[in-house]
Amino acid sequence: MNSTAVSCRKVNKIFAQGELAVHALTSIDLDIASGGFVCLSGPSGSGKTTLLNMIGGLDRPTDGEITVAGQRIDRMSMSDLAELRLQHIGFVFQAYNLIPVLSARENVEFVMQLQGVPSSERRDRAMAILAEVGLQGMEDRRPGELSGGQQQRVAVARAIVSKPALILADEPTANLDSVTAEKLMQLMRDLNSQIGTTFVISTHDKLMMSYAKRLLKLHDGRIIDDIIQDDRQE
Amino acid sequence: MKTPFSMLVTVAWRNLWRNHRRSLIMLAAIAIGLWGMIWMTALMRGMVDQMIDDAISTLSGHIQIHAPGYLDDPSVEHTIAAVADNPELDKLLHSPEVTAWSQRIRVPAVIRSERDVYGITLVGIDPQRERGLSFIADSVVSGHYLESVNDQHVLLGRKLVEQLETKLGRRIVILSQDPDNNIAERGFRIGGIYDTDLQATETTYVFAGIETVRRMLKMGSGVSEISLLGQDYRNVDGLAAEVRAVAGTAETSTWLQLDPYLASMLDVMDGFIIVWFCIIFLALSFGLINTLLMAVFERTREIGLIQALGMPPGNILLMVLVESSIMLLIGLLAGNLLSWLTLLPIRDGIDISAVAQGLEWAGMSSILLPAVKTSDVLLANGIVLVLGVLASLFPAWRASRKVPVEAITRIWQ
Repeated sequence: MNSTAVSCRKVNKIFAQGELAVHALTSIDLDIASGGFVCLSGPSGSGKTTLLNMIGGLDRPTDGEITVAGQRIDRMSMSDLAELRLQHIGFVFQAYNLIPVLSARENVEFVMQLQGVPSSERRDRAMAILAEVGLQGMEDRRPGELSGGQQQRVAVARAIVSKPALILADEPTANLDSVTAEKLMQLMRDLNSQIGTTFVISTHDKLMMSYAKRLLKLHDGRIIDDIIQDDRQE
Repeated sequence: MKTPFSMLVTVAWRNLWRNHRRSLIMLAAIAIGLWGMIWMTALMRGMVDQMIDDAISTLSGHIQIHAPGYLDDPSVEHTIAAVADNPELDKLLHSPEVTAWSQRIRVPAVIRSERDVYGITLVGIDPQRERGLSFIADSVVSGHYLESVNDQHVLLGRKLVEQLETKLGRRIVILSQDPDNNIAERGFRIGGIYDTDLQATETTYVFAGIETVRRMLKMGSGVSEISLLGQDYRNVDGLAAEVRAVAGTAETSTWLQLDPYLASMLDVMDGFIIVWFCIIFLALSFGLINTLLMAVFERTREIGLIQALGMPPGNILLMVLVESSIMLLIGLLAGNLLSWLTLLPIRDGIDISAVAQGLEWAGMSSILLPAVKTSDVLLANGIVLVLGVLASLFPAWRASRKVPVEAITRIWQ
């Protein structure tokens, strides 16, 4: 039995839109085991991104409890949440993934630098991980000098370089061509199987969903289906 | 986890140059603002310094010694012992603390030419001792300076010569009172004409050899005043105390006491400089805050990303402050350089003769020498830097509070 990486209990999120209250998430109960590879699917507005925001501590639930890496995060201070993200969570966003004034290597080093990893070790790890995602020779390029796929690979490299327990990815393949997308999915799946990193991925991509061990379907802020596709982990 | 400062500096530095034009405009504003502070202060300080120098060289010196009551009634009755008769004072006046000194007989008198009569102040001087102490030795423009304490000639101001409708070499008569209240009168030949920037000086003072005046007034060995210069006009209290200790019953006054108007000018000047600095900074701060707010607004998503990656809000705030500090420091460097480059060509003074006559009431001369004081430069730099960083706190705080909710929402949707 694996330990629980993420736990949500009766999580609700209500956004105020003028005088209207929009229920983005309604009574979400969810446990994701460590080493899971979970895809969140559903139409736009179904609550995928909101749920990722909540799990990543980027937003607070209106009510309910969220536990990540054994810590209640729904009432944590902003500083404590930042520290939790730094030590335990990696992010891959759909776009605007990289810091534009830093090179690919510096972007990858960024999190390690925040973690206080020594300079030489940081550099070696960044170079190795960039080579692993196929960006050897492009380390000194800034994001503006990289294609969308290359930028996304830098983002993945940054997310995995410090081996966080949990990686949250929002539509990571949305801006990629099919070949690059498949390589990226394979990379994530390899990390999941080799290191045991937990992945929670929001996606519309059917291919991406096919890689998932567990598929959660959301609609109108509720989990309407929970499908185990690969029971080796889940 | 504490964010490494070097990383904050790197990111801040590169962010600064993402929008070259905006940063350069802001740097120019800071540089010109500082230049305005330093340049104008140098001119204003120069103006006040010159007024003080003029006042000091117009016979007052840094410190004066008089008989009690002389300042209220500067008559021949109020005299003090000459320096030669006060060994302790003589010793002090020859110490390194005193750069120049002289003793004078100075009494109210009337001067009469063939054409006109005017009230004046007759000043009996030791011509050699006045060199470096007062203006007179360097101001004679025609004729010659007095040669000795027994010189039989007088020196008149150019304007007084015009008013008396006389000229160099002609005779005039000076009348005053002797110690017995009898009229003391004597004819003199005009040996020299002096010229100053202040017409009031030219029409007031008539100079003659001190022993000649003593004989005319039938005085004993006393003098009306002893005037001396210390090392620095701003720091005369210590020397004044030493003089007071050896001056006996005589009154010792500093130039600040002799000319309270000038003393108050110094205080007003210090206050004015602070106000001037703050006004310039206020104008500057609007640009600074606007620039940083724009920069923060444009980078909302990026700031959200940085915080999502684990940088705490406090360090986001610090990052923006570092960015503004770098901009301020570069701007200050440029401003100091600009000030130096523009003050260098006018270090020998600016000719303001076109307006000098109108400003004469204030004791100003026609050449304005800028006075750059280290304390003023440091104050200007300090105000811009400290208040600039404080002004940046608002945009920095906005940046740190934007994330993660608003900023990340922009990224993810």
